[in-house]
Amino acid sequence: MNRSRFDFVVGLFVAIGLLAMVFMALKVGNLASFDSGSGYVLEARFDNIGGLKVRAPVKSAGVVVGRVDSVGLDKETFEAIVRLRITSDYRFSKDTIASILTSGLLGEQYVGLESGGDPVYLAQGDRVGKTQSAMILEKLISQFLFSKAAETPAKAP
Amino acid sequence: MIASIEALGHFITSRVERLGLAARFSGAILLVLWVSIRRTSLIIRELYFSGVRSLSIIAVSGLFVGMVLAVQGYEVLQRYGSAESLGVIVALSLVRELGPVVTALLFAGRASSAVTAEIALMRATEQLAAMDMMAVDPLSRVGAPRFLAAILSMPLLAAIFTSAGICGAWIIGVKLIGIDDGAFWSQMQANVDVRIDVLNGLLKSIVFGTAVGLISVFEGYFAVPTTEGIASATTRTVVISSLSVLLLDLVLTVMMFRGLS
Repeated sequence: MNRSRFDFVVGLFVAIGLLAMVFMALKVGNLASFDSGSGYVLEARFDNIGGLKVRAPVKSAGVVVGRVDSVGLDKETFEAIVRLRITSDYRFSKDTIASILTSGLLGEQYVGLESGGDPVYLAQGDRVGKTQSAMILEKLISQFLFSKAAETPAKAP
Repeated sequence: MIASIEALGHFITSRVERLGLAARFSGAILLVLWVSIRRTSLIIRELYFSGVRSLSIIAVSGLFVGMVLAVQGYEVLQRYGSAESLGVIVALSLVRELGPVVTALLFAGRASSAVTAEIALMRATEQLAAMDMMAVDPLSRVGAPRFLAAILSMPLLAAIFTSAGICGAWIIGVKLIGIDDGAFWSQMQANVDVRIDVLNGLLKSIVFGTAVGLISVFEGYFAVPTTEGIASATTRTVVISSLSVLLLDLVLTVMMFRGLS
């Protein structure tokens, strides 16, 4: 085999390898829609975020409109500060409600945005005023048990 | 009694000596790397022999591994009613672990053993000594190109293995079992991170390529120049490469993926 033939076959090999890497980046991972630099950031404060993770989806009416950028804790009020990066195509009114929801029974948690009727839109850095915390299963169960216990008066021994 | 203690001591000191030799050899090969990186025709030749010739076994193995993962993954996932997550399971296990590791193991068996045998035979037939006589540095003429070819071809082969595996899983999952095509890809894309998963997987395979390349060239270079010596050097290459790949994989996995929720 002469040299140019080596070059050709090795070039083909490298091309296939690079193509596989591009496949992994674009089709398997999601480089195309993973542009963390664009869009605008909203801030929302929750009493409890449950199991919300960074990069969890932000959905409105079931459509993904952004991702969770960062999660932090306010040192004074002990509220969770969640920064949401919203795609710049979508705008939400001032009285939007942000709530932490779960997809399916045991699925991942995401932030749901429900736009209100206010004509003024939220802009970069604004805070979503109304929020609804995550449902914590243990708290629900204990509330249910306590209310049950309150309903039925304890029998005297 | 004393003889056995002596034998144990000799065993340990000889191993440590061998490790020191390997470290010195690694340093020497890194020093000549800049010289041989410019001799592209030599590297392309070695890329052909270790990379291109491994292509078929890598692609076919990847396809089969992906298919098996799809069958086994579906079996478990459908119990929990989340068969759509099959794409995620297959893609993450291939991109993070199986792609780099199985490629490195196959590469050690397919290409590195050949490199060791070749260099060891050059040593036995005194071709290396002849090169030295002609003022050609055998390390930069023979060793470094093969080492570089291993580093360069490993990530490419791992990417091909992973892609073939995902295609295999797609064939089984979507075409044969009947999982929804859109859910298969969208769940995969939503859960595979390019930086955390894909780039770390490629980084792993580069590290494995470095280790396997170094071991194969070293074992060939310092093989005992006899028939048995060549045979045992080839065996040692495969054994040590496989073990060090698995050990390095543990270390890298702990470094890369621990504490990532």
